[in-house]
Formats: sequence, structure tokens, C-alpha cells
Amino acid sequence: MCGIAGLIHRGNTSNVGFELQGMLQALKHRGEDSTGYALYGKTDGENFIMRFKVGENVAEGSSSVKEDVSVYDEKKKIVDSYLSELGAKVIKEDRILPYSLRYEIQYDKDLMEFSQKIESVEGVEILSMGKSLEVIKDLGNAEVVCNRYNLDKVVGTHAIGHARMATESGVDIKSAHPFWGYPFSDVSVVHNGQLTNYWNNRRVLENKGMRFMSECDSELIAVYLAEKMRNGATLEEGMKESLVGLDGVFTYFVATKDSLGMAKDTMAAKPLVLYESDDLVAMGSEEIAIRSILPQEIETYDPFDGEVKVWQI
Amino acid sequence: MANLKTSEKKSKAQSMGLHTEVLTGKTQQKFFNPDEAENFYYFGTYDVDFNKRTEIDVKNMDCREANKKIDELMKDGYGTIVIKNPQGKHSLGVGILNKLNLIFEGSLGYFGCGSMDGPIVRINGRVGWSCAENMMAGKVVIEKNAGSCFGAAIRGGDLICKGSVGARTGIDQKGGTIIIGGDAGAFTGFMMQRGRIIILGDVGINLGDSMYDGTIFVGGKIGSFGSDAVEAELTDSDQDWLKRKLKVAEIGENFDVSKMTKVVAGKKLWNYDALEPTEKKGAI
Repeated sequence: MCGIAGLIHRGNTSNVGFELQGMLQALKHRGEDSTGYALYGKTDGENFIMRFKVGENVAEGSSSVKEDVSVYDEKKKIVDSYLSELGAKVIKEDRILPYSLRYEIQYDKDLMEFSQKIESVEGVEILSMGKSLEVIKDLGNAEVVCNRYNLDKVVGTHAIGHARMATESGVDIKSAHPFWGYPFSDVSVVHNGQLTNYWNNRRVLENKGMRFMSECDSELIAVYLAEKMRNGATLEEGMKESLVGLDGVFTYFVATKDSLGMAKDTMAAKPLVLYESDDLVAMGSEEIAIRSILPQEIETYDPFDGEVKVWQI
Repeated sequence: MANLKTSEKKSKAQSMGLHTEVLTGKTQQKFFNPDEAENFYYFGTYDVDFNKRTEIDVKNMDCREANKKIDELMKDGYGTIVIKNPQGKHSLGVGILNKLNLIFEGSLGYFGCGSMDGPIVRINGRVGWSCAENMMAGKVVIEKNAGSCFGAAIRGGDLICKGSVGARTGIDQKGGTIIIGGDAGAFTGFMMQRGRIIILGDVGINLGDSMYDGTIFVGGKIGSFGSDAVEAELTDSDQDWLKRKLKVAEIGENFDVSKMTKVVAGKKLWNYDALEPTEKKGAI
């Protein structure tokens, strides 16, 4: 059991970091091994924001091997040298935690080549790459992660998030959601459920050059959609194809720079409650997630089996 | 105490197609002998006055506190309780084994009004998954939409949703009636064993999948039939019952029931055991 939540302000911006924190915290009973945020904020539209990690959080409960901070320092140095080789110019650098970094980068070449080079450093993973998107994920519940990364002040148009109870893979950042839709900028995915044809799909996609960073079945959705879009499908077309291509039970959200979508499997085995108005769409695994930002009486509903919906900002 | 030996009741129910069993069996006689009524005691039952009304605001209570408060109010004789600001909280109004008018001014989360026996509940909002699960008797009316597993395993009573419901409505249903004013999702009536489901709108795929028994009436389109679910003839008796039920439920009173599709179990899938008659389950 995991919890997912998402919201999109249409034609407006809001304090999405704070709002999503409230929604995910309301779902913490569904899992607090890790929590992740995909926040779509305001940027200048020119530079990429790269969120990446050079190691794991090795706090109590983590399934990662403890490493010295000097190991992270060494990996950061290699990443910096690779960025220079790739012709990427670092405009701003924030080392939020010893293992977690945020770079603002000027770069105008192929993102796949870029990502492959950076992630060739063992233990380094790009959590997100985008001009609007920032993925922040770590161990602990929504409040803990929000406070650790100062997310409650983030202003933006839309966001998706995930409260995780680890069942299929480790308690670590690499298995935490949201997953970046590598190699597409500004694409992220969160998922509640289990995928039963993970390995079959993974082998096929790896043979097509797609990359997996974890053994978490949910990552497949991001990679699956990215591969569809790479071959020319729109986001909505890719999502509709996923209802057939992905086997198992799932409800997932996917977000791009200017849109937010949801898909529910044909068995409708995983929950989702949806609120939709002209100004705001909010959704979550349980109604209490929506109530955290809309305490007044509102109209909500459960999308039906096999339903796919996409909203624009 | 239900008088199970009344032949008139039995034949009327049978003529309406409610069941086909013949009431026999030692277990039946032993459990429901009226002479033993004094030996039956229901924990948590109180004498309440429906005219004695009160309100509680549960905004800052967790579900355990709220349910305890309802119990205390019933103990004090309140027969009409209004719950303010439920705000999607889970498991509110569960385990009430008493006559009571319970009104929720807002929406409930998961498992609202589960395992109850007797109250009349009105929810002026929406409900999450598994509303009224295992309900024995009483009436629950939801003014807006409902989540999945609506009325899971209910054994009796009337469960009414004026809006639309999610998937697996009436899963494992063992009695009672579920009425949906809008549409219903996939696997409606999945593995149902007794009782009736009425859907005025459309219904999703795999309707009545693996159902043992019971009846489903659909007013709109059917996505697909599930395994062993088959269409049956809609009789005059069915139509009379539907009209009466919809009127009592204050929903679809002018609905043209003659156009409804009746769905029952083909009984090819299961080696059905008839040792547990409907009446036994209904009276428990």
C-alpha cells in the first residue's frame, strides 16, 4: 500500500510545495518509508534544474550501505568534471545535503547522452532534469522530507507526490517515487500498485536503449511512457497504451511541464478520489488528502476502470 | 425476532423470486427458536428517543473518539445525532447495533458505517471505499458519489447512493438491497451470493462476475457480463418490486423499470451448497 497525490492549478500559481506536503502527510498511514515530491515551479525557462544524488540516505531504516561523506565528495567532483566535458555550464550550485544536490545548468544538447555520462558514476542518479520540474525524494514521511528540503515555500502550477510503503524493493532513495521520465525533461511519474510484467517489459525496453536505475516496478511506468513519447506518441496516447501494455493493478499520475494526467487499470483495483473544478484539480488515494487543502464540502468522485484523464495548466 | 415458520411469509417471498430454498435443518430451528429469545443479548444496545436530537463536531476528533462519542450519546438516550465536519475521515459510524437516526453533514472516507445493524443513516456528501461493509440491517442513504466496494458483504438493509459508485459494488453481497442512482464501475456484484442490486445508470465490465446467486437490475448500458452472469426474464413481480423499492428509496421514482435488464447467476460455475438459507442470514 502506498499513497499518491497530485494537484494542478489551472491559469494560476500557488504554494504547491506546502499544499502537496499537506496532502501527502494526510496519507502517511499508507506508507512513510519514503516520500517524494515532483514540483513544477517557476523558472526563467532557459536553464535546466538538475536534482541529483551522489549517494543514499543511510539513516536508520535505510537498506543502503553506509558510506563516508568523502565518497560523496569524490563523486561530486567527477560529476563536475563530466559536466565540463559535456559543455554544460553550472550557473548555480546548491548542496542541500551531503548526498543530495541541485544544479542550475545551461545545456542545449542531447539529454540522453548527458544523463548516460553523469549516471556512469556509480551511485549517482539524476532525480530530475527539467526547466520546470524538480524531484525531491528521501526517506521519511512528507513532513520530514518537506522540512529537510525546505519545500513548503515552493510556488508553482502543479505537483505530484508519493508516500511509500516499500514492498517490492528497498528502502532507499533510488526506489522512491516520483520517477523522472528519462530522458525527457520535465516528465515525472508516481504509482500506487503492483506491475506483474515488469521484467518482460524491462528487458524489451533495455534492449531499446532505455535506462532503469532501480528494481522498483513503478519505474517501469516512467520508462514505458518515455519510450512511447520517444517514438512520437503524445502523453495521453502513451497512457492509453499503458492500460494494455502494463499488467497488474495500478493507479498512476504523470506530469509534464504543462500538464497532469492520471490512469487507472482495467480492474480498478487501486483507489483514487478526484476533485475537478475550473481552477483546480486535486486527486489522491483517499479523500482526506484532498480535504487537507479543501476542507469545505466539495464534489469528488472515483474515476472508473480503464480511465485516462489529462489536464493542462 | 423473525418468525421463520410463518408459511405465508415464506410463500410470498418465494413468489417474488427472493429465494428457492425450503427452510429446513436443525441449525435453523435451534438458533431461532423464539422460546430462547431471552438468551440473546446484543452488546451496545440502548433505548433511544428519536425526538431527542443533538449535534457533534468531529473536526478535531479521530474516528475512535467520534465513534465513542456517538455511543455515549446513544447511551444518554439521543435518537437523532447530527455529525458535523466529518471531512473524509475513515471508519466513522461503524459498529452501531441500535436504532438511531444518524446524519452526516459532509463526506466520509473509507469503511464508513460498516458492520452496523439497525440505524437509519443519511450522508449529505460522498463516501469512500467499502461504505456500509457487512451491514446487517438499517438504511444508509448517500446524497453524492461513492467509492469502490460499496456495500461489500452486506447481509441486509437498504444501501442507497444517489450518485455514481466505483468498482466491485456489492462484492460478496449476502443479502439486502443496493440502489445506485447513477453509474457503477467494473465487477459490480462480483461473487455476490444473495440480495439485489439496482443500477439506474450504466454499469462497467464484468457485471456479476462469478456470482453465486442474487439478482442485479440495470437501467442503462452494460459494459460486459462477467463469468456465469446471464440475463433473465424481467417478470411483472420484479417490476412491482422495483417500483416499490425505488419509491421507498426516494430515487428514480418515475424511472421506467420495464426497460431494465435483469441479471442472475447461470449457476454453471459453482457447485452450490444450499445448506444456508437466505432467511438464516437475514435474521442473524
